[in-house]
Amino acid sequence: MTYQASEQSSDPAITPVLSLDNITKIFPGVKALDGVELHLFAGEVTALIGENGAGKSTVVKTLTGIYQPDGGRIMLDGQPVQFPTPQNAADAGVTAIHQETVLFDELTVAENVYIGHAPKNRFGLIDTKAMHAKTTEILNSIGAPIDAGVKLKDLGIASRHLVAIARALSVEARVVIMDEPTAALSQTEIEELYELVDTLKAQGKAILFISHKFDEIFRIADRYTVFRDGQFVGAGKMSDVKEAELVQMMVGRAVDQLFPKRHAEVGDEVLKVVGYSHPTEFEDINFTLRRGEILGFYGLVGAGRSEFMQSLIGITRPSKGAVRIDDKVRVIRSPADAIKAGIVYVPEDRGKQGAILDMPIFQNVTLPSLHKTSRDGFIRLAEEFALAREYTERLDLRAASLDTNVGALSGGNQQKVVIAKWLATQPRVIILDEPTKGIDIGSKAAVHDFMSELAAQGLSVIMVSSEIPEILGMSDRVIVMREGRMAVELQGDDLSPETLVRHAVGIQAQGDAA
Amino acid sequence: MSHLKSREAILFGAILCLLFVVATRFPAFVAPGNLVAVFTDTSPLMILAMGQMAVILTRCIDLSVAANLALTGMVCAMINVAAPDLPVAVILAVSLAMGAMLGAINGILVWKLSIPPIVVTLGTMTIFRGIIFLLTEGKWINAHEMSPQFTGFPRADVLGMPVLGWIAVLVSIVMLVVMARTTLGRSIYAVGGNPHAAVYTGIDVGKTQFAAFVISGMLAGLTGYLWVARYSVAYVDIAGGFELDVVAACVIGGVSIAGGAGTVVGTLLGALFLGVVKNALPVVDISPFWQLAISGAAIIIAVAFNAQSGRSKGRVILKSAEHAQ
Ligand SMILES: Nc1ncnc2c1ncn2[C@@H]1O[C@H](COP(=O)(O)OP(=O)(O)OP(=O)(O)O)[C@@H](O)[C@H]1O
Ligand SMILES: [Mg+2]
Repeated sequence: MTYQASEQSSDPAITPVLSLDNITKIFPGVKALDGVELHLFAGEVTALIGENGAGKSTVVKTLTGIYQPDGGRIMLDGQPVQFPTPQNAADAGVTAIHQETVLFDELTVAENVYIGHAPKNRFGLIDTKAMHAKTTEILNSIGAPIDAGVKLKDLGIASRHLVAIARALSVEARVVIMDEPTAALSQTEIEELYELVDTLKAQGKAILFISHKFDEIFRIADRYTVFRDGQFVGAGKMSDVKEAELVQMMVGRAVDQLFPKRHAEVGDEVLKVVGYSHPTEFEDINFTLRRGEILGFYGLVGAGRSEFMQSLIGITRPSKGAVRIDDKVRVIRSPADAIKAGIVYVPEDRGKQGAILDMPIFQNVTLPSLHKTSRDGFIRLAEEFALAREYTERLDLRAASLDTNVGALSGGNQQKVVIAKWLATQPRVIILDEPTKGIDIGSKAAVHDFMSELAAQGLSVIMVSSEIPEILGMSDRVIVMREGRMAVELQGDDLSPETLVRHAVGIQAQGDAA
Repeated sequence: MSHLKSREAILFGAILCLLFVVATRFPAFVAPGNLVAVFTDTSPLMILAMGQMAVILTRCIDLSVAANLALTGMVCAMINVAAPDLPVAVILAVSLAMGAMLGAINGILVWKLSIPPIVVTLGTMTIFRGIIFLLTEGKWINAHEMSPQFTGFPRADVLGMPVLGWIAVLVSIVMLVVMARTTLGRSIYAVGGNPHAAVYTGIDVGKTQFAAFVISGMLAGLTGYLWVARYSVAYVDIAGGFELDVVAACVIGGVSIAGGAGTVVGTLLGALFLGVVKNALPVVDISPFWQLAISGAAIIIAVAFNAQSGRSKGRVILKSAEHAQ
């Protein structure tokens, strides 16, 4: 099923810096990679494209010595090499920003960036000063305003991601691999990242870029390689291909409309938030949400959207403010209270706050709905399975069986498990924090479609998203937050990419943009 | 899942091998009657391990089980001395209630004051033993002071096995159902597997840990009566150090010290493995030192095995990513 000759299509004189030749990787029950090939060239960005579970992250882990291939060769400058440990890969100049970043909460930013290769002073001790200076330098180069001295646990998810990027750049690298680096970032930070990629390119590094966002693939990549179900499907130059062709290659079929917003009857007021404030994170949030409505929350990372949502469901306490549900005041002190009141929250950090990796898929999905599938504390397995199957099928989850542990799923499929889990509670209000982050294009359509359908059935949705097309395509109304406050509420014709960004960054209207 | 299943098979195989080796030198060991005796002898360990498993699954540990056993056992014996005609059913109820109460003390301290479980239970372990000393001033309660029905109950033969053994079977079945089929069991796994995610799911982490401590305490209390009655003696130091055997049984049985992973069947096999080792080695004339060494080796092998099987499970993979950069 090769769409195009796989040999280095254009210029045979150039040897790739790093190549995968006929690589196979088998997990118990799954062939994650089945004889794939991939070539990375100096000074070029290669985009690796494929659905959730296609094997992209497995390639990254194979290239960085975390997994050992079961067959095939890795070639560095045309010579076969082996990376038995991650250290070997690092020594060979291969560095990666992984999809699930692992950092140390109790260490400072600088310590996280330089752990394992910290600069030493002449007594052989860690040179803290130099480490901080170098970290600050790297952070500045990627436009990240983070203090090198703060502990990691005090940072939000986007800043953590920037730290992970800084860590990858702290090694002298020839090959830089980025596994969905923009999934956790907002528009401005993404722009900075693109510039960073351009700089790395200019320095002659070979870059592997994994993303589900086609606009950015077309923005930064020079070449593409497509995988499907662990197999190589095709490769070539970006200039020779159109988006629809790539989607076709990756999914094996054409994908229908992405933002299938159906018209829903917006009904009575369900939720009213009055004067919600928090000592440090947000202030004076007011809005109402109606039946069947999709309310978007847009803002830059750090605008306080997630923090507000977390206090709405009782993870943190507000200092002021009240919630009315069906026009009655409700006090929500814990997530359990929120679930009872019919408000659920799909957290953004789904690795940490969402899934339980050592538990099978079906148990993850039914965890908050156990009262529905049990009587007097005893679980009815058949009902439990049926519930899990219904919601995972709707979200197009790819797994060998519902008995598989979530830890064995690909990143995107783990996300779907978490979303299914919350939808299965059949809430009245669902808060989705970055609902399609890391989800492939075909499944994204499934999520959006499901969202519209639920809204049409009378569910109210709050959608926190940093993706402008998603916000514009799905929302009835949008609240823009800036630095913990509501900047503006927009609807109808006022909604445009320009106005959103303008309010999010706080630039005053210049004679009203287009 | 499949990893756990296979590790249970391996453990089962190890027990069979052990029995086979012993049988070649001392065939009477594997006679049905003797196997029942070994099972009965291991019953206290199995019952305690069931409770400890629940606690470890929630990322805690209960080091006070043996002290709880001793204190509750002593109180049961004292009640028996004071009122020899009290029916055994009442004593059983007292032992369960009192054990649960002592477990609840651990649970409350962990839940409400957020003191690390190892510190809490190290403390209560000493306190419980101290209380026994205060109650008895170090005196023993011996067989002749106890009533025959009190000491006879765990030894009474039902269908060829003493009641003690049947109680272990009953407790295992109940725990099997609790862990696999109840919302409490599910919460216990969830809390240990990912406490952050459990919070978002509306599960109260502290309360679930509290419940696990109550289960562990309750079973320790029950074992307290059974132990004192079986050996017909109660004093400050009974079952001294037994908490370590209990933790060892869990670990050998595949319960992850990091929480969230482990099964009832595995834990039972872990306890049985230790029980067979303890009973078999003296028979084939191997010194008690070897018994300790074999148990120790089994623990290390089991932990290494856990780490190995965890490696293909995602969580540990991510850890190794740390070195990549
Ligand atoms: N540790 C593991 N154990 C078993 N199977 C695994 C493991 N890791 C990945 N897999 C399987 O390998 C396949 C490829 O997974 P991989 O993570 O590479 O996908 P991906 O292309 O990165 O997807 P995504 O876009 O969702 O991140 C999937 O079917 C996944 O379930
Ligand atoms: Mg991936």
